[in-house]
Amino acid sequence: MATVETRKLTKEFTGHAGEGVFAVNGIDLAIKDGEFMVLLGPSGCGKTTLLRMIGGLEHPTSGDILIGDHIVNDLPPRARSIAMVFQSYALYPHLNVYNNIAFPLRAAKMPREEQKKQIEWAAGILGIEELLKRKPRQLSGGQRQRVALARAIVRHPNVFLLDEPLSNLDAQRRASARDELQQFQRRIGTTTIYVTHDQVEAMGMGDRIAVIDKGSIRQIGTPEEIYDEPADTFVATFLGSPPMNLVKRDDEILGFRPEHFFPASQAGSTDDLVPLQFTPLREEYLGAERLVYGDVDGVRAIARFPSTTHLEIEAGHKVDFAVRRQHLKRFDIETGLRRYGAG
Amino acid sequence: MSSQLQPIAPPPIESGPGISYNPRTARAKRIGARAALYSTAMFFVIFAAMPFAWMILTIFKQNADLYQQPMQKSPFSFWGELNQPPTLENLRFLLWDTNYLVFVKNSLVVGFFTVVITLLLAMPAAYALTRLSGGWGESLGIAIFLVYLIPPTLLFLPMTRIISELNLKNSIWSLVVVYPTFTIPFCTWLLMGFFKSIPWDVEEQAMIDGYSRFGAIIRAVLPLSVPGILTVIVFSFTLSLHEFVYSLAFVTSTANKTISTGVTTELIRGDIYFWQALMAASVLVAIPIAILYNLFLDRFIAGFTLGAVKG
Repeated sequence: MATVETRKLTKEFTGHAGEGVFAVNGIDLAIKDGEFMVLLGPSGCGKTTLLRMIGGLEHPTSGDILIGDHIVNDLPPRARSIAMVFQSYALYPHLNVYNNIAFPLRAAKMPREEQKKQIEWAAGILGIEELLKRKPRQLSGGQRQRVALARAIVRHPNVFLLDEPLSNLDAQRRASARDELQQFQRRIGTTTIYVTHDQVEAMGMGDRIAVIDKGSIRQIGTPEEIYDEPADTFVATFLGSPPMNLVKRDDEILGFRPEHFFPASQAGSTDDLVPLQFTPLREEYLGAERLVYGDVDGVRAIARFPSTTHLEIEAGHKVDFAVRRQHLKRFDIETGLRRYGAG
Repeated sequence: MSSQLQPIAPPPIESGPGISYNPRTARAKRIGARAALYSTAMFFVIFAAMPFAWMILTIFKQNADLYQQPMQKSPFSFWGELNQPPTLENLRFLLWDTNYLVFVKNSLVVGFFTVVITLLLAMPAAYALTRLSGGWGESLGIAIFLVYLIPPTLLFLPMTRIISELNLKNSIWSLVVVYPTFTIPFCTWLLMGFFKSIPWDVEEQAMIDGYSRFGAIIRAVLPLSVPGILTVIVFSFTLSLHEFVYSLAFVTSTANKTISTGVTTELIRGDIYFWQALMAASVLVAIPIAILYNLFLDRFIAGFTLGAVKG
């Protein structure tokens, strides 16, 4: 088990015109022992580069990487005691499942008997004992993922690095894999860094989430903190489906979640209400909930209701809506950063 | 919630030909297409196999059958009033009364060393060009491939200088030095295509799993490039086997000749052609290669197209 830390970690690539492009720009990150840390961001934000640097597959331009309090900048991947699961699972196509899992043990020159014991243990945890003789091409996506995980845990690494391991699964399988993966990590207790662009995975699995955009960390926090108290407009709109509504008012931007936006007539008490004029345009019925698309002061906004709520609104007609004061987040109009304090 | 949007009508479709389907004519068309396909295929089979068939039949012909009048004698038959029965005499002559077996041995030796040298140099070159050299790799790979296109009839002049400097004139080792000059560029390019098709992830996974880059290449990349390596072996071997210009230019003594030059100089004496032995000498070499090529044809094409699409 180990902590993982990055200090002012930077990776600069050379762009097409020969100019420097920062894939990762001075990231400071401290991951606790046994923590499930999710790196969340849009594609191309640098999260995978960050993970690859921690894994030793990319060399940082500057800054330090520490695993278990040791600087590992110049150590090759094999000396870092890490295990990585790639998006493609990267199973060795020419080896059967048993030999795939045995691969890291053979590299470590473990005696055959001991190898067998470890492989059986890993296969048992992931429930793939009956697949050991198969070749990777004979496995389904979910089975491949389990084999890749078994290969990752078999040599008891200090850190797991997972690069979008669920993105190759179909939607149904993904939900159960999310659950399995998190339980599995809790049981093993190994420090895990998980890269994804899927906010549902991030929210559902992470102990903490680091939201990354354009090579920099925008916010680090628990899923609740990230969702309820976004540090800037990027985080506010990147998380949440549909995202937070942002409305310009005076010299600042007001942000509120669609589920906190409702007709003023439905409010019980009125003392902490902030009134907003909403013009509904279109409605989406999603089974459990209902989304109403419209605009506030000419800006797109969405309101979300449980399907059980009955609404009497007509398209194209202004309605008095409101948000409770504690649900209203204020952001700086220039920087997009959150403004704290009384408003 | 009621919508206030005006419906947008799509532009009307101008009238065109309707779709008609007549099962009878469709069936006739299908049969016609099949017939055309098979007759074309048959034509090419005959076109390709006919020379071989003729060569093989010729091997067993007696001289009188080939040379004597009347010309009504069938070149494809051994029986009947005019033709004489088949004979093994020509094969015996080729194998025991000429240096054919020496040529075969020389060709095998040259081929073997050409293959080994090609593999040793082309594999690291191709790997480095695909994985390590960034944007330069592809253009450099194509540049190396272009070297292959310089005809040997031009290159043998400067090569002669090198061979005599190395004191390898009139030795099969001169060919071992020269042949890799055209097998390596081509095979490097060919292997680049194969290496590109191996996911980089697998190699990085091997490095994560505890191997150095070199160890990862040996354990994860090479097992996956077996088709490419076999292609290179077959290709460079056959290339060295049928090479003629260098072999003619650098080797003069009978004992050091390879098949391609030996057969044509030993079995054609002045204006006398030992037709049956010539045919036997060619067929004996051509058949194994044809079989090898057929076994690897798919991989060959895969290799070429991999290179074509990605490199």
